[in-house]
This record gives sequence, C-alpha cells and structure tokens, in this order.
Amino acid sequence: MIAYLVTILTLVSIAAIVALALNLQWGLCGMVNFGIVGFVALGAYTTALLALAGTGPILALAGAVAVCALAGGLVALLSVRLSEEYLAIVTLGFGEIVRVVSLNEAWLTGGALGLPGIPRPLIESVPSESYDWVFLGLCLLALAAVFLLLESLTRSPFGRLVRAVRDDDVVAATLGKNVLRTRVVAFAVGSGVTAVAGGLQAFHFSYIDPSQFTPIVSAYAFMAVIAGGRGSNRGILLGACTVMVLLEGSRFLKDFVEVLDAEQLASIRLILIGLGLILFLIYRPQGFGREPRRSAGSLLGEAAADGRERTS
Amino acid sequence: MQNPHEERALLEVRGLSKRFGGVAALSDCSLSIAAGSVTAIIGPNGAGKSTLMNLIGGLFPPDSGSIVFDGRDITHEAAHRRARGGMVRTFQISRELGQLTVFENLMLAGQDARVENALVSTFLRGRVARSERRVAERARRLLERVGLFRLADEPASALSGGQKKLLELTRALMLKPKLVLLDEPAAGVSPPMVRELCDTIAALRAEGLSFGIVEHDMDLVAELADRVYVLAEGTRLTAGSYAEVTRDRRVVEAYLGGVA
Repeated sequence: MIAYLVTILTLVSIAAIVALALNLQWGLCGMVNFGIVGFVALGAYTTALLALAGTGPILALAGAVAVCALAGGLVALLSVRLSEEYLAIVTLGFGEIVRVVSLNEAWLTGGALGLPGIPRPLIESVPSESYDWVFLGLCLLALAAVFLLLESLTRSPFGRLVRAVRDDDVVAATLGKNVLRTRVVAFAVGSGVTAVAGGLQAFHFSYIDPSQFTPIVSAYAFMAVIAGGRGSNRGILLGACTVMVLLEGSRFLKDFVEVLDAEQLASIRLILIGLGLILFLIYRPQGFGREPRRSAGSLLGEAAADGRERTS
Repeated sequence: MQNPHEERALLEVRGLSKRFGGVAALSDCSLSIAAGSVTAIIGPNGAGKSTLMNLIGGLFPPDSGSIVFDGRDITHEAAHRRARGGMVRTFQISRELGQLTVFENLMLAGQDARVENALVSTFLRGRVARSERRVAERARRLLERVGLFRLADEPASALSGGQKKLLELTRALMLKPKLVLLDEPAAGVSPPMVRELCDTIAALRAEGLSFGIVEHDMDLVAELADRVYVLAEGTRLTAGSYAEVTRDRRVVEAYLGGVA
C-alpha cells in the first residue's frame, strides 16, 4: 500500500508539472494546447535518448527542456497568421506527429517496442529498497522548482503582460506590447516545463513507449487546470491532486462493490469520473483558486519604503 | 480653409483608401493633426471614421495612401511600434483588460518591454522592483487626477461605462504619448462624466498633448476642437473650425442623408 502511494504521488507530481505548464500557456496566456502530450513525449524521448547515450540525468533533462522549448516556440510561431482557435488544431496535429513518429521511426525511438533500460538518476548511490522514496523526493523537488519559477513569473511584469495578451491582444498591441513575441515566449517556456515532466516520466518507468503518451494525458492536464482555476498555480496543485484522486481512487471501488465484474466496474469508474467533473463545474466553475493580482498597495507600499530608505 | 494658427503637423494622413470586399470604407482620405491641438473627426454613421482610426492605429494596412507620424512614415509599421513611437488610441467600445485590476491596466501600459522580458522578470528582481515602483507612482498620480484611485484594485471589468472610458484615457497617458486618438470618448457616458472627460482633455492639451477625436457629441466637439474634419461615405467632405463646418450646407445634408 505504501509503495502504491509513493508511486501515485510520483505520478501526481509529474502530472502537476504538466498542468502548471498548461496553466501558463492556456490559463494565463489563452493559448489552447491540446497537443501538450506531444511535448511530454518529446521531452521523455529526448531525455531517454540522451541518458541512453551516456549523458548525466541533469544534462539529459536540460537537453530535453531546450528541445521542447524550441519546438514550442516554433509551433506558436507557426500559428501566428492563424486565429486563436487554429492553435488548438495545430497543437493537436503536433501531438499526433510526435506519436506517429515515435511509433514508426524505430531506428530512433524503438517504435512500438519503446526504449527500455533508461538509466535512472542516483540508482547506484541509493539502496534499492528506498529508491522509490528518493525518486519521489526528486520529483517533488522538481515540482517545487517549477512551481516557484512559474509563480514568480506569474506575479512579475511578464505575467501581467501575458494575462493582458490573453484578455485582449489588440489592446495589448495598442499599448505597445509585442503580442507575437509574448505568445511565443509563453508557449516556449510552458513547453520547456512540460519537458521536465516527460523526462521524469522516462526516469520513473525507465522504459517509454508510444502507448504512455495518449491524448488522455492532455485531457488530465486540462481537467487539473479547470479544477484548479485558470491562472492560479496554487489552485492547480490542488486540481492535479483532485483529478488523480478521482482517477486512482475509483480503482478501489472493486474492493467495496462485489456484485459487478471488472469490466463493468471499469466502465462505471469512467462514468463516475465524468460525473465528478461535471458536478465540480456546476458547483465550482471558477475552480479552487484565482489568478494572482498585484494590489496597488503592494506596489506603492514598496515605493514608500524605498523613499524612506533613500532619505535615511 | 487652413487654420492660420496651424503649427507643425504631428500626424499627416495622405490619400488613405481601404476596401472591405466590394465596400469602399475609405477612399482617398487626407487629413493632418497639428501638434498641441485637438482635432475632431465627425461624420454620419458609416462615414469611415472607425476605419480611419483603425488604419492610423495599425490594426490593418491601407490599400493605398500613407501615414506620417512625427516625421516618420508609419504606414506599414506594426501597431505596437506605433504605440511605442508616441501614438496611442482608445476604442469606441471600451476594451479594458477585464481580468486585470484598474491599477494593473495602468502598470501594464507604463512598463517597458525590457522589464517585461521573461528572463529579466525572473532573474533581475531588484531592477524589476525599482522599475515597478517608478511606474506605480505615475499610475497613482494619474488615477488620483481622474478620481479613479479608490477603484485601483477593482478588476477593470467592474467599472461603469464612463469609468472605463476614463481608464482607457489614463492608460493611454501612461505611455507618455505625443498624440492620443480617442474613438467616441463620450459614447454611453453620463453627462457629469462627459464634463469630467472634457476638462481632462482640455487640461492635457494645455500641457501640450495632441488629440484626435472621433465623436458624435457635438457639444464636446464644439467645446474642444481646434479643427474639425467632416467625413461622409468614406471621403473627406470638408474641414475647418467648428463654426465653419456647421455652417456648411453639405455637412447638414450628409447628416440628413442627402449627400449628392
């Protein structure tokens, strides 16, 4: 049971990183990314290939972040001449491309057989019975770093700019803001963050294949952002946990309901998950959290403090 | 009908044309806005005023013609570059950034692109904080001037129609512009608020700021405009002082729909 919980927590933190990345792209910048699973996969494969080639785990992750950020920037750039809805289609297409390539380019990705034997970080310096705990620690550390980075970005002038572009890109341009650049940067940063999740997933299973990266991963991320409240990084941590509790918790139904067979239970589980989300949207449509707004007082209070510092 | 006191033209629009499908929204329209003046653009609905504003603002490119601002040809410049160059516009239907607070709307307009850079925002905290404080002080002064400071932390979407118009104007001022283009600033605004708007614009002109105003409220035009352009059916009908254009029979006819 404990081992199971450790695994679940590891997966929750990986899913939460994806959800936080989506929050920057969609929640704050208004860029729908239905193909976020493609970026997770790209991150996972890049990490795996680099790690298998003998680079250290940190370097492999860094490489994956760079590759995904670049890919994200290009995807955002591709869609500039298209209206916003088309970005949804472009990203959906990107996700498919990554899936099809990973399935068919066996020389690189191992095709449907996947890439086995990905070296896990710190595996030699940690006793094997406590390794899962250590890896969970690494995942939580990564989640904390991502959370702090995105939270500080959200509250910075960059975050304000991103929210403004989401609210009305024409007004943002009218106020001298480079909308295209803002969108490309926000999407690239989000994609880079997604790569971290992909890399952790590759290390966690030490084996990846295309079946791990189905569109349901994107759907989970959207659920987490909707439940957490668009724009709120804190809410999304809670949202990711909620979605995972719904998904994983409903597995235990079979322990309590004995009249139904496994197949019926699997279907009922999906119905319950859907029902849970619908009820959530009815009773708490704004989600758990709200996007942070800087108050005039906080910006001006600092001004007063600064004035005193200078005069003294 | 040249204004004898006309100074250097801050904005010079020459032969601007724009078609949407088969409709000539604007054809061969020329006008100029003198530095330090309030120039009004009036005309009946469908005269091409909004198209003209959108062309000057850079929302879409003209089919032909040129726009020169402050001695620089900006005909094909992106909208955000025009704004950085000192020309800011507002919209006929207020377009506040609703999810941002009133204060954040102003902060956004006043903050420099170099500080809004993602890397700078993340790693140069001290520099960002200092810059933010400077912008915040300016935002506070402007909001106090128009009486909106008490609403600073309200989301902009919660303001009344008139307050949104004021917010748009003050937000534009955060960019330290040379020219402000106002698209129907008095539309849907209560009379006392129009008064306040008029006084603010007059005071800003006295400080040397130039305005281009598209407006249907003739009292506001009469009070503020140094020069009035009349547009009808996508082209310039006449120009002159308010008294001159309102004496012109063609203007009356254009408004009554009898233009030949």
